[in-house]
Amino acid sequence: MSVSVERMVKVFERPRSLTGAHSTYCPGCHHGILTRIIGQTIDDLGIVERTVGIAPVGCAVFAYRWYRCDALQVAHGRASAVATGVKRARPDLVVFAYQGDGDFASIGTAESIHAANRGENITVIFVNNQVYGMTGGEMAPTTLVGQKTTTTPDGRDPALFGYPIRFSEMIAQLEAPVYVTRQALFDTKRIQETTKAIRKAFTNQVERKGYSLVEVLATCPTNWHMKPVEANRHVAEVVTKVFPLGDLVNRG
Amino acid sequence: MAKRVLMRGNEVIAEAAIRAGCQCYFAYPITPQAELLEHMARNMPRLGRTFVQAESEVAAISMVHGASAAGVRTMTSSSSPGISLKMEGISYLAGSSLPAVIVNVVRGGPGLGNIAPAQCDYFQATKGGGHGDYHMIVLAPSTVPEAGELTMLAFELADRYRTPVMILADGMLGQMMEPVLLPDPVDPAALPAKPWAATGAKGREPNIILSFDLDPEGLRRMNLELQARYRTIREKEVRHEETETEDAEIVIAAHGTVARIAKSVVRMARAEGIRLGLFRPITVWPFPYEPLRALSSRVETVLTVEMSAGQMWEDVRLAVAERAKTPFYGELGGVVPTPKGILREVKRHVG
Repeated sequence: MSVSVERMVKVFERPRSLTGAHSTYCPGCHHGILTRIIGQTIDDLGIVERTVGIAPVGCAVFAYRWYRCDALQVAHGRASAVATGVKRARPDLVVFAYQGDGDFASIGTAESIHAANRGENITVIFVNNQVYGMTGGEMAPTTLVGQKTTTTPDGRDPALFGYPIRFSEMIAQLEAPVYVTRQALFDTKRIQETTKAIRKAFTNQVERKGYSLVEVLATCPTNWHMKPVEANRHVAEVVTKVFPLGDLVNRG
Repeated sequence: MAKRVLMRGNEVIAEAAIRAGCQCYFAYPITPQAELLEHMARNMPRLGRTFVQAESEVAAISMVHGASAAGVRTMTSSSSPGISLKMEGISYLAGSSLPAVIVNVVRGGPGLGNIAPAQCDYFQATKGGGHGDYHMIVLAPSTVPEAGELTMLAFELADRYRTPVMILADGMLGQMMEPVLLPDPVDPAALPAKPWAATGAKGREPNIILSFDLDPEGLRRMNLELQARYRTIREKEVRHEETETEDAEIVIAAHGTVARIAKSVVRMARAEGIRLGLFRPITVWPFPYEPLRALSSRVETVLTVEMSAGQMWEDVRLAVAERAKTPFYGELGGVVPTPKGILREVKRHVG
């Protein structure tokens, strides 16, 4: 049976807001899925010509390469402060900061909390994979109790290094944020939920509602020393026990 | 008709920034520059511009990074300990080729030091301070009116060379009141276009603003471009002032508040028949090596006077080399040298 190419309908393609540059992420890592969701959201909202992305330090340091929008690469932990500067200078731009757990919840703690507390009208995507991926798998502020990393070779001991920090819950205590949610990407249902959350977080900004934070639980098969399927299962069965999924604030 | 108003140095710098078209100002409170922040808090919002009291100096300079990348004129201000915190952001601004104005109303150090005037941040301002091979243009006003004029100039130079520019003042200049003729506001429409800025990629390729290149060859090119720009700045932007140097046998080399005091010393010395002159760098980076070299071959002695342990003295000695004697007189810890004290030092080195 032959099928005419002319009659084929394209039902799936790369979002126009993505460049197609080769990814620097490891196989099985969730950053790629999340990048696609953000690109699709920018397409759907028709905002690529007025979007500015803020790339962090960490595995997403090259994030400025993936999107067809203006972008900055900034100092470790400062993405939310830089996003504040861009947005205050040009309120008509749509500004998103893409930050890992070390960037957002450790070295950038002050910048992250205060941007949220001022209710900056920005969108923050916070990728929580419980490890410093780029530097070789060291402990993150979100590393689970007992989790082995290159700086907790015997597992994270809370007596020495404290507990995994539930940063989004801290942000959720503030008056100003309009949307704070924790999502995951370990199965298609979660991918759909995350897609809805990202869309809402961008829409809030476009509608000038205020600060939105989407925390996304992601895998790091490389530094977790797990196969991708096993890593997905780990998020579903273990990580979500420490970092429960769902909306923490929804004032939209 | 413009008339003189009596204003404090900190407020003059703030008002000059407003008149230079500063759209976004971000800072954190610290003595002795608090009046600058407060002037901005009172005035920026009513002009429809941005004032944010940041959670830290680190955040403030990062907000400057964002606003500058978005293409507007932007400034932050602080005093010594706060400027140390801003060094991270200043390095990123330099690496990203982003214009910005940073004001340092210097106080005594190191550590928490005190809140008295000092010049002990000269090294930090002129030799780097943050990481990497970069420079800032550093302007050192000597009077309150000049602080306003140099603030206007700082915005112009920042835009022209896409570089951070520092106003290196001190607690005396920040706190002192003087009659000032405020500069005319610039016409926002006449400001230079910034086609490189992150303003939304409409009808053009995306603008990517970064200080990052993993490829050593790429980062080398980026550094060479910076160095080429610094060469141009050294050629075109050196500024200094000489007072009574034509027949001088000895000159004082001093900047900022100390240079102002030294002007009185020149009059006092001349009244006693001592042929004293003054060499005052206005840009401390780029330092006026050539004019000082030329002057040093005509005088016996170049006496450097600073409110530091001898930081600018190193640049003076580089310029003078063996052409003249290069003694030093410094006061530390926020102590301001008196005209009498400086004159006593001058007399030790004449005759």
